Amino acid sequence: MPAKTSRARAVAAVWPDAIHRVLKSQGVRQVSYVPDAGHKRLIELCHADKDMTVVPLTTEEEGIGLAAGAWLGGERAALLMQSSGVGNCVNALTLAANCAFPLLVLVTMRGEWGEFNPWQIPMGQAAPDVLRLMGVCTMCVERAEEAGATVAAAAKLAFEGYGAVAVLISQAMIGAKSFGDKP
Amino acid sequence: MRSAKLDRRKVVRALLERRGALLVVAGLGSAAWDCTAAGDHPLTFPLWGAMGSACMMGLGLALAQPRRRVLVVTGDGEMLMGLGSLATVGVQRPANLAIVVLDNERYGETGMQKTHTGYGVDLGAVARACGFEARIVGRSAEIAAMRSGVYRGRGPLFYQVKVKPETLPLALPPRDGAHLRYRFREALLGKAAAQ
Repeated sequence: MPAKTSRARAVAAVWPDAIHRVLKSQGVRQVSYVPDAGHKRLIELCHADKDMTVVPLTTEEEGIGLAAGAWLGGERAALLMQSSGVGNCVNALTLAANCAFPLLVLVTMRGEWGEFNPWQIPMGQAAPDVLRLMGVCTMCVERAEEAGATVAAAAKLAFEGYGAVAVLISQAMIGAKSFGDKP
Repeated sequence: MRSAKLDRRKVVRALLERRGALLVVAGLGSAAWDCTAAGDHPLTFPLWGAMGSACMMGLGLALAQPRRRVLVVTGDGEMLMGLGSLATVGVQRPANLAIVVLDNERYGETGMQKTHTGYGVDLGAVARACGFEARIVGRSAEIAAMRSGVYRGRGPLFYQVKVKPETLPLALPPRDGAHLRYRFREALLGKAAAQ
């Protein structure tokens, strides 16, 4: 990681808190996920939030169906995943494209910034194009201090614009994984 | 165990007549046609694609509407594609959700190829292992108890209904997804549907 000022470090530590506040203020009630280390804190915050029903998934595409069902029932949902999960969603994204179901997906990127694992690179590099090919708008967050505002903008596009949107959270914000380092 | 085979349209009609406030998600293919043959309804959301998603749509709906009963009607092929969603439902344990799988042991829309249940995979046992109260329904006399479970039983419930592998006349629901979404929300939420 590049050297950071203490303020930057503090922002870096709390961007998941900013996203959680946005999800809450946007009235997101169902949060589903396949975990990623980059989403660890946000997942914990959602689990601790009594206003949110948190749904661990066996595969990311389940979250597309869940979000559609939630919207049918009058609730807003968000789906958290790692970029490797994007490919798992492809056919299920038909639901969002065809029915104009709002969809808010938060993707923590791998295979992108300083990736050490070659197996993460093909899906990570293809993830933005795969999403766009299936009609999902993409927005990128590369700096921690932008996370809250970008997710708020994405939520508006999803729930008020009836759009499908994925926020791609750069690996640079999470730190390139290395099994050599202590976590 | 070999059980008798039921008439799928008769089973679905028995489940959906006098349906009251029941919310229904129908899996793609024959299950959606069966629900339509029983009477197209704004509070039935029939899937025309996204195979494997019916169970998860039912879960999202059941969590959003805990006071309403939610029924997913789907086929064995569609359920097999979303097998993991049984585990996901098993974690949430929604008391208001029932899944009815019309199991003809075939992919009915694509040439009647055998599904995994036709080769002996025990779908009900998978559901049971995931935390569902799971039953096999193979006789007409068992339909009433299934209906009672769907409307009043403590979920999550799973019924594997053994039906004949027959090709029936098509009964197609509307296929405009945006229309299906909006009519469902309008019927359920009233004016709030427009928000």
